[in-house]
Amino acid sequence: MMRRILRPVVVAAGDRTPSSGAAVLAPPAPIRVALRPRRSLRSRRARLLLHCAVSLIMVVWIVPTIGLLVSSFRPSSELSRSGWWTALAPPFHFTMSNYENVLSQQGMGRAFVNSLFIAIPATVIPLFVAAFAAYAFSWMEFPGRDLLFVVVVGLLVVPLQTTLIPILKIFADWGLTGKFLAVWLAHTGYGLPFAVYLLRNFIGSLPRSVFESAFIDGASHVTAFFRLAVPMSVPAFAALAIFQFLFVWNDLLVALIYIGLSNSQNLPMTAAIANLVNSLGGGWYLLSAAAFLSMALPLVVFFALQRYFVRGIVGGAVKG
Amino acid sequence: MAKVIFEKATRIYPGTQTPAVSSLDLEIEDGEFMVLVGPSGSGKTTALRMLAGLEAVDEGRIFIGDRDVTDVQPKDRDIAMVFQNYALYPHMTVAENIGFHLKIKKRPKAEIRQRVLEAARLLDLEPYLDRKPARLSGGQRQRVAMGRAIVRQPQVFLMDEPLSNLDAKLRVATRTQIASLQRRLGVTTVYVTHDQVEAMTMGDRVAVLRDGILQQCDTPRVLFDRPINVFVAGFMGSPQMNLIETSVSDGGVQFAGRTIPLTPTQRAALTSEGVTLGVRPEGWDIVSPNEGVPAIVEIVEELGSDSYAYVTPEYDPNRTIIVRPNSAQATPHKGDHIGLVPRPSAIHLFDTATGVRLPD
Repeated sequence: MMRRILRPVVVAAGDRTPSSGAAVLAPPAPIRVALRPRRSLRSRRARLLLHCAVSLIMVVWIVPTIGLLVSSFRPSSELSRSGWWTALAPPFHFTMSNYENVLSQQGMGRAFVNSLFIAIPATVIPLFVAAFAAYAFSWMEFPGRDLLFVVVVGLLVVPLQTTLIPILKIFADWGLTGKFLAVWLAHTGYGLPFAVYLLRNFIGSLPRSVFESAFIDGASHVTAFFRLAVPMSVPAFAALAIFQFLFVWNDLLVALIYIGLSNSQNLPMTAAIANLVNSLGGGWYLLSAAAFLSMALPLVVFFALQRYFVRGIVGGAVKG
Repeated sequence: MAKVIFEKATRIYPGTQTPAVSSLDLEIEDGEFMVLVGPSGSGKTTALRMLAGLEAVDEGRIFIGDRDVTDVQPKDRDIAMVFQNYALYPHMTVAENIGFHLKIKKRPKAEIRQRVLEAARLLDLEPYLDRKPARLSGGQRQRVAMGRAIVRQPQVFLMDEPLSNLDAKLRVATRTQIASLQRRLGVTTVYVTHDQVEAMTMGDRVAVLRDGILQQCDTPRVLFDRPINVFVAGFMGSPQMNLIETSVSDGGVQFAGRTIPLTPTQRAALTSEGVTLGVRPEGWDIVSPNEGVPAIVEIVEELGSDSYAYVTPEYDPNRTIIVRPNSAQATPHKGDHIGLVPRPSAIHLFDTATGVRLPD
């Protein structure tokens, strides 16, 4: 994937030098030809180093996941006797019983739905609010704009844990505890500073002249936001959506605090998985299967949106 | 279509002392092609952006037609602008780019399609209507930006160096296209460029700016033949005019042992003894070394139709004078010893202290 994305850029950069220079400045051409092999050798070496580093990081990160996947298919008796890598050699002893066990647990299906019901609004709401804020911080003039932005970004340093008790008190006063709305609001608040920061940087770096052109063409700020800023910022939205979704999906603390064990019918999958060990004591061998189930959806989300990570769509707006 | 008037318009950027545009007075006639030209930092783009409403007017007023637009929002000024970097909407097709204004104005779909098609036909963009800007060449993008302006049928076109991102050949071709398109549409146009050749070839009139101050505004012919000061003289024309600082004594300007006589009015206008003599490359006659100012040819630039000789006069080896031999004369060669005589009709005289042209 990386290679495919990178290659056209490299070719374009190489094309530009001869086409712009050759017509006017004929003499430098032979010099450039002479230099080419050395430069490409150096860049090839640099690229090799880069590939090695990326591969190493990938291996380090993927091995535990593979271990988890393999373990989840091993019978409990073997799990406690030998390491997961021994299962990769014959004779094979794989079983589906762990998954059958987890799926048959009381409330696991419901917990999965709860997780979705929490994660989707808790991703969409902060994204919307942050997009409006980011546009205003980028393209609207108002007094105190920079100060306000600094304050919002400054909130990034506030540890989430210090807010738990005061906010829980407020939610209790409003009668929100135990309800999904409480978790949505909490995650919106926790996610906003980073979301505003990231989106402002992206929207603010869109070409100014495109917006000026739109204003001259008769666009209001609302039109410029929906017709220009949003479609041109899709990669940033996608990246942010993945971050926020994964954060909420994997969150146990916030859900546990604001929903509480007393409202267990509303608890998400993370809480249900944590309970797996508690209620069954020695059932820890089920964890690998449960953990892999909870990873499945984020993986799908990531692969669905990952092309936006690498592909920008701003190409062609200004000269090029 | 309308007149445009700058009335003592001034722009001072926050945090700076000197104005970017300083009390600009300029009247642009209905249907006129006005070029604002100047080096970078001269305030030409700022002046254009003030007219567009993208830059505040700190003092003075701006009128489009009979309407005072000084405090009017850009979208309500009925102008169209072509940006230097084209500023196309990257996620929209060519057709959507051109029709953006009409869509915002909620015109009927059929009308939008009709007008976009007309504009596209005018600019040879019909085959590309469904493409996105990323898949267009530089020249095509430039034409889309033009199309976006044309389709609006505005009162005024504003163009901010629209050709500076094209390669040299395409620039010359597009230059004439834009000029003839403007004549055909008859829309008042304000065109900003730093390229004096563009200014000379395109403009009905050209306004030369420097450091935010308007130097001279007139037809290209007058700017070339009667530049109002040393700056305009040096800026207009390529290669530029030879400007030689000298002094006045007994009845005339002294130049390499010769005396160029001054009229009484010229003498009265002088503030000091310093006079700058301006002669364009084509204003010299090449004679034998003992007749004119003796000089040595250093380099000859052969351009095919023209040739330019860079010569060093013997009286000052650090100076270079550019000479274009006229077609009747033989082109000198590198190392030749020649004599130079300025043709009397080609001599421009300026006061060195103030830079102002002496009256003829």
